[in-house]
Amino acid sequence: MGKIRIIAAREFNERVRKKSFIITTILMPLFFVALMFVPALMMNIKSDDVKEVIVVDQSGLIGDRLQPDGQLTFTPSDRSFEELRNQQNEVFGILVVGQDIATNPSNLQLFAYESSTINIETAITDQVRTIIESEKLKEYNIEDIDAILEAIKTPVSIQVKQLNESGEAQESSSILNIALAYIFGFLIYMFVFLYGNMVLQGVIEEKSTKVMEVMVSSVKPFQLMMGKILGIASVAVTQFVIWVVFILVIGAGAMSLIGGSEAVAAAAQGGAGVDPAALGVSMDSELASIIATVTAPGYLLRILGGFLIYFIGGYLLYAAMFAAVGSAVDNEKDTNNLQLPITIPLMLALFVMLSAMQEPHGPLAFWFSMIPFTSPIVMMVRLPYGVPGWELALSIGLLIVTFVATVWLAGKIYRVGVFMYGKKPTFRELLKWARYKY
Amino acid sequence: MDTFLKVENITKQFAGHTALDNVSLEIPRGSVYGLLGPNGAGKTTLIRIINRITAPDKGRVLFNGHLLAPQDVAHIGYLPEERGLYKTMKVGEQAIYFAQLKGLSRTEAIARLKKWFVKFGIESWWNKKVSELSKGMAQKIQFIVTILHEPELLIFDEPFSGFDPINANLLKNEILALRDKGATVIFSTHNMSSVEEVCDHITLINKSQNILSGSLDEVRRSHGGNIFEVDFRGNRDELVARLGSAPCRLLDTSVSDDEALDKHSSAVKLHIPTDSDIRPIVSLINEAVELRSFREIIPSMNDVFIQAVANHSATTAQQK
Repeated sequence: MGKIRIIAAREFNERVRKKSFIITTILMPLFFVALMFVPALMMNIKSDDVKEVIVVDQSGLIGDRLQPDGQLTFTPSDRSFEELRNQQNEVFGILVVGQDIATNPSNLQLFAYESSTINIETAITDQVRTIIESEKLKEYNIEDIDAILEAIKTPVSIQVKQLNESGEAQESSSILNIALAYIFGFLIYMFVFLYGNMVLQGVIEEKSTKVMEVMVSSVKPFQLMMGKILGIASVAVTQFVIWVVFILVIGAGAMSLIGGSEAVAAAAQGGAGVDPAALGVSMDSELASIIATVTAPGYLLRILGGFLIYFIGGYLLYAAMFAAVGSAVDNEKDTNNLQLPITIPLMLALFVMLSAMQEPHGPLAFWFSMIPFTSPIVMMVRLPYGVPGWELALSIGLLIVTFVATVWLAGKIYRVGVFMYGKKPTFRELLKWARYKY
Repeated sequence: MDTFLKVENITKQFAGHTALDNVSLEIPRGSVYGLLGPNGAGKTTLIRIINRITAPDKGRVLFNGHLLAPQDVAHIGYLPEERGLYKTMKVGEQAIYFAQLKGLSRTEAIARLKKWFVKFGIESWWNKKVSELSKGMAQKIQFIVTILHEPELLIFDEPFSGFDPINANLLKNEILALRDKGATVIFSTHNMSSVEEVCDHITLINKSQNILSGSLDEVRRSHGGNIFEVDFRGNRDELVARLGSAPCRLLDTSVSDDEALDKHSSAVKLHIPTDSDIRPIVSLINEAVELRSFREIIPSMNDVFIQAVANHSATTAQQK
């Protein structure tokens, strides 16, 4: 054990002092924050490219009442579609409204000169639907219809509470659950891949520089492998802790900035006569439920505890496989096809993770959160939604058993592999090595 | 003879071929023991078995009188043929790291390292990265790392390769000094002149078998064929006549003394059978000519090596 610690300490010190570690540790949180905020900013930047749509309205109901919407502008035309179709290349397209649009709402055609998008189509159908609906309402001859319509507008928001086994209601927020599921699942994927590869490269380096030959007289190959795996694991945990602190600081800063501007915006809107109460209710309730959920100690413990267990279990499982592959080859070029059995389950886990976010308790999510090669990622997605205790125990138990078996097997392959030079082994040979007597 | 390491009937097979076939040898305490043999003979496998890197299929290794156990490895220092250091690590830190893995405390390691660095005059390398050192420099570091924990058994695999003669000599003297302090040294090499310089005993392994073992002197003499060289000044014919009746055979002089250009001095080679007494022959020579030197021709290790390997290969080929 003492030697494993010395080896792990070297791995840790060497890697933490590297410039690349310091740079990624600082840049990654910035990158993450950018990843979160840039799309939001991008959505706010409207393209000033105006898309003009010529409207040929055969019903006479729609054409004049279409309002410009974002990039879209509407120009009613008296000419027929046949006349227009060959001459109007500088516009976005021609909207043809059928004569019987009121009774046949599908009689709406958009002839576009460029490719259309779902946003453009929804913008058009939404407007057309509203116009037809209000036309139909008018036929009922209700007095003050516009005022009534305005008065009945009600923004609804839902507060979801989850009942646990003893019937207590707990705050639950779908947005938060999805966000956490995604972040933690992806984080495990990234860490396993990144740091697993570090193990792979470290082993190849030791083999190609022949350091291995020197080491084996003082330590057992297994100690060497475990020391490397654990040393790199502590690098990962260090980096993770730094990131959490970093993100919390940046996030708190960003939150207070956004929170402040929202308050200002709300006040301004209130002044402009929009119903402030409705706006306030919807925003506060979502935020309140998020805060309530996050501050509930059980929830946070479950997520962070789960992350720690699944990160360590998943990392050890894959790192051992990476180490075995690294020991078997002479240089990195030869690793490609041997890495396949490592990368395929990882990729699979990522895909299942995306679908498990839609249906966290479905059969797909359940089974893949039991299979140890995918459970670290898939179970992280399910955890925020609450997972029965026995499922969690079974999944963790299977993970531990598999990781012990994998480390044992990898140790055997490693032991033979580090002394094999010059040829690229196949899987069959790797398995044969595992059976060698030492 | 006080045996430090005893290898008994070791057999090791790898898929398809036998690396060691019933090999036994005894390494005396405090000696330099040459482990010789052509490439691929099984030397490295034997060293790995002694190092407990791999286990034999049959046979056993006795270390200092007891069965080789895991903790014995701490008393072995191994300098493998393939030298390896972490390229990006600093020399000092790296040496400390290897010393710690050998069980030294950090402070102890630093103290001992400083001493060796001063001895070799390389203090200025402490904070250099290994990638800045030349091959020979890196090997010096590796040598220090190997012996730093003062092991009872040292195993050097081709220690002089890559060294200039000055540094090779420096290293040779250090190895002999370690032996004199009581360490037992296994020395694996192809360089036969260095074997003659440092080894007390040798074992020659060929095609996974131990074909020749013994003290260096014995081995060389036993391959000598009892040939003696006589340097003399005087009448050659008279010498030949006198020796005609002696229990020895004059070897073909045209082969043996092609360098005897001086008319007054000359040399002949004699074969004297093992059971003959040498003194009467010497006095016969002394009566005939002025004897300048009389010595047994001992073959170089190089000759012994080539001859033994050739003989062994021939006999194994015949058996097949």
